[in-house]
Amino acid sequence: MGILMMVQFFIPHPLSTRLYRAVLDSMIIIGVFMLVFAWRSLAYFHINRIRRRTEHWWYSYLTFTGWIVTAALGIGLGIGAGTPHQLIFNHILIPLQATMFSLLAFYIASAAFRAFKARNLEAGLLLVAAVVVMLGRVPIGQMIYSRLPEVVEWIMMYPNMAAQRGILLGVGLGMISTALKIIMGIERGYLGGGD
Amino acid sequence: MGFWSKFLKLDRRWVFLMIGLSVLIPLVARISMPTAVTPPVQNLFDAVDAIEPDGKPLMLAFDFAPDTEPELMPMATAILRHCFAKGIKVILYGGLYPQGAGMAQLALEEVTAEYDAESGIDYVFLGYVPGAGAVVLSMGEDIKGTFGRDYYGVRLDSLPMLNGVRNYDDIPLVVDISGSSVPILWVLYAGARYGQEVGVGTTAVSAAQYYPFLQTGQFAGMLGGLKGAAEYEKLNEDAGVRQIRKRASIGMGSQSIAHILMIALIVLGNIGYFVTVRKGRNA
Amino acid sequence: MNISTNVWVWIASGFTLCIYSFLYGDNPFYRFAEYLFVGVSVGWAMAVVWYNSVIPKIWTPLAENNQYWVVLPCLLGVLVFSLFTKKQSWLVRWPIAFVMGASAGIAVPVDFQGYIFEQLQGSMLTVLNVSNAVAFIGVVTTLLYFYFSKEHKGVFGRFAGVGIWFIMVAFGASFGYTVMARISLLIGRMQFLLHDWLGIIE
Repeated sequence: MGILMMVQFFIPHPLSTRLYRAVLDSMIIIGVFMLVFAWRSLAYFHINRIRRRTEHWWYSYLTFTGWIVTAALGIGLGIGAGTPHQLIFNHILIPLQATMFSLLAFYIASAAFRAFKARNLEAGLLLVAAVVVMLGRVPIGQMIYSRLPEVVEWIMMYPNMAAQRGILLGVGLGMISTALKIIMGIERGYLGGGD
Repeated sequence: MGFWSKFLKLDRRWVFLMIGLSVLIPLVARISMPTAVTPPVQNLFDAVDAIEPDGKPLMLAFDFAPDTEPELMPMATAILRHCFAKGIKVILYGGLYPQGAGMAQLALEEVTAEYDAESGIDYVFLGYVPGAGAVVLSMGEDIKGTFGRDYYGVRLDSLPMLNGVRNYDDIPLVVDISGSSVPILWVLYAGARYGQEVGVGTTAVSAAQYYPFLQTGQFAGMLGGLKGAAEYEKLNEDAGVRQIRKRASIGMGSQSIAHILMIALIVLGNIGYFVTVRKGRNA
Repeated sequence: MNISTNVWVWIASGFTLCIYSFLYGDNPFYRFAEYLFVGVSVGWAMAVVWYNSVIPKIWTPLAENNQYWVVLPCLLGVLVFSLFTKKQSWLVRWPIAFVMGASAGIAVPVDFQGYIFEQLQGSMLTVLNVSNAVAFIGVVTTLLYFYFSKEHKGVFGRFAGVGIWFIMVAFGASFGYTVMARISLLIGRMQFLLHDWLGIIE
């Protein structure tokens, strides 16, 4: 499969594109079955919690209720605009998910206060760069020093870009070597076991 | 225990309260600040502005989920307002994430009411189709064949706006709004294979990593985070684009005060650290 | 103040405040929202997968378009369920190998194109000025830093040390941008509470 997909990339013929589409569709179909397995694992996790009466076990009933009601409404009544599925997405899923992630603002402040210490020259350089960028990327930075946004843009466009590119090149080469090792059968850890 | 030792042991809930207030007070007090426009945002604005009104459409891809909505939705609505104000046609693509279609729907609800935009004439809304890279590649051959119908179930070949729009050759610019590495997928498949020009609107977390692609020209321009959205809103304002609510610009006061607080916490934390370390050495 | 009368806005605000209550400490309101979130998100994804993957990729090709080749990936998918048994669980290696092989094959030319060739091209010094020289030195020294096959000593070590400085600047800039991103998420939720729910701000 690996060699086939590598060769396919260089063939612009419509048959090649159809093959690519077929392989990707196959990956999606296999993905659906893997998702079913994942959902089964989640269901068993909560069933075991209820059976064993672990801490806060009764909340698992809430999980199942939300799960079954949402899935039933979505599969039964459709998922387009104006459906209950869309309403649940807009007014339950979005607030919950967005708020969960917004908690990170508080935790990053607390973590920075406790752990961000200039213990050596390199850490100090990191700290200075962080402070300059934080200040320069908000309007108040421009009020303090009118050219600060330009300074920050230069830092982002040159030294930051250079290091990110170096990391990107390293990551790219690493991804290619791992992919080639998988194709050639040298890397088999994803199959589980040593054989 | 000295003052600094006690300070360093400050209950984190006080830090949480300070952060909460630093965001809340500027919003309630309506503290607003002028925004300077940076070159990546200017470049993207110019790329969108260069599209002919009533001509070939811009493609706006919604590749984000609710967790990044506060940063990315203001970008999407600012670009949509720019397009509708100038008469630029827009193909909204529900993206390579299932939640993207929901996000696109919300953006349309907010902006179409202001501009009386009509589906099929001013914009076309394509829903989510699974397949990630395959969908991006497939659009390079035939967009109508890839989707068949729009999000509302209308056949694409019956929509007036898509007359003469077959593939990327008929799309001057794709702007991908995403909080993940999906923009790179657009660059690699649409950009490298079909020569499609790609712009990006992304979270601040990802923006720092995209500068190498900006420098090579693989991205035509970039909006980074809420500040990027605020800069685009300012450019819209300067260009006379009607904007009933500038969500990103309103947030800049809070962003500024919160950043000052963060810097103060880091500096005070370091002062406290060095004082206590020195005291420990002298003891 | 112009409090919303939309029940859905009140529901969304209620959930938002339940999540924020975690900042004081773990409590039943937060747990209620958290467990419900898990259930609703899985149920939501199920419906999306049904209409966007199962129907167009499995049902329609088989039942309406006579594309019987779809049976092959379905058979591979069924092999995933061999994980339920101990004796036949080795069969799951077939679908995994298919997916991993195809993904690896797709990744190689794409990564060369986008990550290696374009980035190397961008690194070339076409216009000699201070900024471009800084960028070039940064790329080279960063790559030298990550070359761990040679000990970082002497001249090589000094160049790798310069690379560390560039990496620290990049990480500092990334940290600054990350702070900006997190604060923006909080601003977004605050705007929802103050504008959509309470109607205090415009």
